[in-house]
Amino acid sequence: MAYSFPEEVLEHVFSFIQDDKDRNAVSLVCKSWYEIERWCRRRIFVGNCYAVSPRIVMRRFPELRSVSLKGKPHFADFNLVPEGWGGYVYPWISAMAEAYPWLEELRLKRMVVTDEALELISRSFKNFSVLVLSSCEGFTTDGLAAIAANCRNLRVLELWECEVDDRSGNWLSHFPESCTSLVSLSFPCLDGEVSFSALERLVSRCTNLRTLRLNNSVPLDKLPNLLRRAPQLVDLGTGAYTAELRPELYSKLGDAFAGCKGLKSLSGFWEAVPSYLPATYSICAGIRSLNLSYATIQSPDLVKLIRQCPNLQRLWVLDYIEDCGLNALATTCKDLQELRVFPSDPFGVEANVSLTEQGLVSVSEGCPKLQSVLYFCRQMSNAALFTIARNRPNLTRFRLCIIEPRAPDYLTLQPLDAGFGAIVENCKDLQRLSLSGLLTDRVFEYIGTHAKKLEMLSIAFAGDSDLGLHHVLSGCNSLRKLEIRDCPFGDQALLANASKLETMRSLWMSSCSVSFEACKLLGQKMPSLNVEVIDERGSPESRPESLPIDKLYIYRTIAGPRCDMPSFVWNMGERSALRFS
Amino acid sequence: MERTVTYENDLNLKATELRLGLPGTDDSDKQTPSGVRSNKRTLSETTEECRSKSNSGTSDARNDDTETAPAAKAQVVGWPPIRSYRKNSFQPKKTEAEAAGIYVKVSMDGAPYLRKIDLKSYKGYPELLKALENMFKFTIGQYSEREGYNGSDYAPTYEDKDGDWMLVGDVPWEMFISSCKRLRIMKGSEARGLGSYV
Repeated sequence: MAYSFPEEVLEHVFSFIQDDKDRNAVSLVCKSWYEIERWCRRRIFVGNCYAVSPRIVMRRFPELRSVSLKGKPHFADFNLVPEGWGGYVYPWISAMAEAYPWLEELRLKRMVVTDEALELISRSFKNFSVLVLSSCEGFTTDGLAAIAANCRNLRVLELWECEVDDRSGNWLSHFPESCTSLVSLSFPCLDGEVSFSALERLVSRCTNLRTLRLNNSVPLDKLPNLLRRAPQLVDLGTGAYTAELRPELYSKLGDAFAGCKGLKSLSGFWEAVPSYLPATYSICAGIRSLNLSYATIQSPDLVKLIRQCPNLQRLWVLDYIEDCGLNALATTCKDLQELRVFPSDPFGVEANVSLTEQGLVSVSEGCPKLQSVLYFCRQMSNAALFTIARNRPNLTRFRLCIIEPRAPDYLTLQPLDAGFGAIVENCKDLQRLSLSGLLTDRVFEYIGTHAKKLEMLSIAFAGDSDLGLHHVLSGCNSLRKLEIRDCPFGDQALLANASKLETMRSLWMSSCSVSFEACKLLGQKMPSLNVEVIDERGSPESRPESLPIDKLYIYRTIAGPRCDMPSFVWNMGERSALRFS
Repeated sequence: MERTVTYENDLNLKATELRLGLPGTDDSDKQTPSGVRSNKRTLSETTEECRSKSNSGTSDARNDDTETAPAAKAQVVGWPPIRSYRKNSFQPKKTEAEAAGIYVKVSMDGAPYLRKIDLKSYKGYPELLKALENMFKFTIGQYSEREGYNGSDYAPTYEDKDGDWMLVGDVPWEMFISSCKRLRIMKGSEARGLGSYV
């Protein structure tokens, strides 16, 4: 101790360490470092809001300025988590209102956020400047109005894919005339109209505005005015991109885009009409990110636009792009890092577009920097997967969704085990993988053997037996999140790998073969896990114990069973077990 | 041993019934593979083939499994894994001129709310008037060039590009949809007077 630096020096050194993992490592060195570090930590990321309690967080880190929280499991995005499951942010806000009066930033994902919570945020934190809500629900535009009205230093307000009730109270007009601090304003998921005059005035006076993402209620003829007032924009999400063919509007739009020389990202394009796309051409050379996933335009027009963007790094698009469009992408965009192709007609029985595995193969061949893929298609082959794996060993995210569950290799009718096996074997840095198609336990053997850096795995309609799950749990050393639906995985693999679950953030299993008995056993043996059985059919006690439960969500926690479980969720822990007797 | 459960969209008790029968004993159609499809077939060929009920020997094996109801397949909850707001991107191939709809507001005297309709979705006046009748639950009288709408308290009118209020039906349909800015269903004496101004 006599040789250690004074606290102030250590604190200063620690201030250069921002990464969460590094900070955590620092805190483990010795008791005094733990103490110093905890007092000077300013940002925290809580990947599962139920893994810890507000009180525990506040007790350890008294001086936070930035908090990120995630609530519901990922499969909530696809309606697999029943309404009312949990993820309420209010208790956190209420605790932080007391403990962190200087809180500046809040980032929430998949949480239930009420207007009361938003109002409390707006009143409790004098320096509040950043609010990012992703996939959240439970609030209305009244809550947004409170944020707009009361947060004097608001710099960032971003709403991504949230479900918001529109109360038509003109929330945007609640930004006071004195508000000039906005750097990012993003509300593409809102349904309702906003006051155009309020929007224009707001954009005019916020001279540092870099990101502006509108919703589709903002018509195209309002866009030129907005762009003219914000030539410094870097990230633009248009509103509706449709209008009658009017030469004066077209040229106004073209001029307005040309004035925004710093634009790097474009999105929006609802109801896009191809004839207005060339208005963006003047700035396309600088575009790094293009989100056309709402634009129902056909391949030739998509290709014309993409050919203008040789520096594109990220493309989100509908499958209207087709294989030929992806060929064009592969020849034009050599810097492409991320590709997402969404289905235009996911429930159609037959393909409505000519998009096959070929498109993805082309991009994997032509784009050497491709790392991240999300691809919906209707046919796949092992051969294509081999090619993709060979071409792109640098893939870090590979999410393939073959629309028909259990679809085999369409050429050989074999399972796609070998193809995905090639992916995990070649792509040694693969962090995220989503499987689809016909798959046996074999694929899981490959995954367990090779996917050593895999952190998140999504499985659906795959496997033959518990062996599959066992391979994954015993082999994937870096696994943090595992989500499974409709697979014949059951008790044995789960119980045999119980301790693995403590090293992961969470495990989701629905429509599998895990018995109530096994859940109880797991819950009793593993006090550091919350083993939650979710079943809307009624208490699992009312059925034989050996029968499979509906949904299972297991996550590690230091906060014990949560107090806000609805009637269709049961915790299998030791203390909870007493409730059943 | 595989256990498959088919989920329907609504709460379907049958779907929640636990069945541990032998594989292959339930009536799910998911067991069959996607069918032998030659990758050389063009898209239009495949679609045509699938649409025709009289299947030749080379038809897609999956055709045998499809129910009589077209396109409507038993949907599995949460599959394919896309967010709900992304589900409605399907638009049959349209020419550019067709792609942009002509949305106009429709008001009716006495009704507390307005409606919005896409004029492009109607082929002509009869369809449009029928739709308006259904939407606002009233009847429009018989149209005649000389007398306007007879036999009803209501008359459909529209505001054109010049800001003038016109009686619906006076001009050819194509001209109407390109000049109509909004519709108003007039009621009462105002309406009755409209036809007889000519």
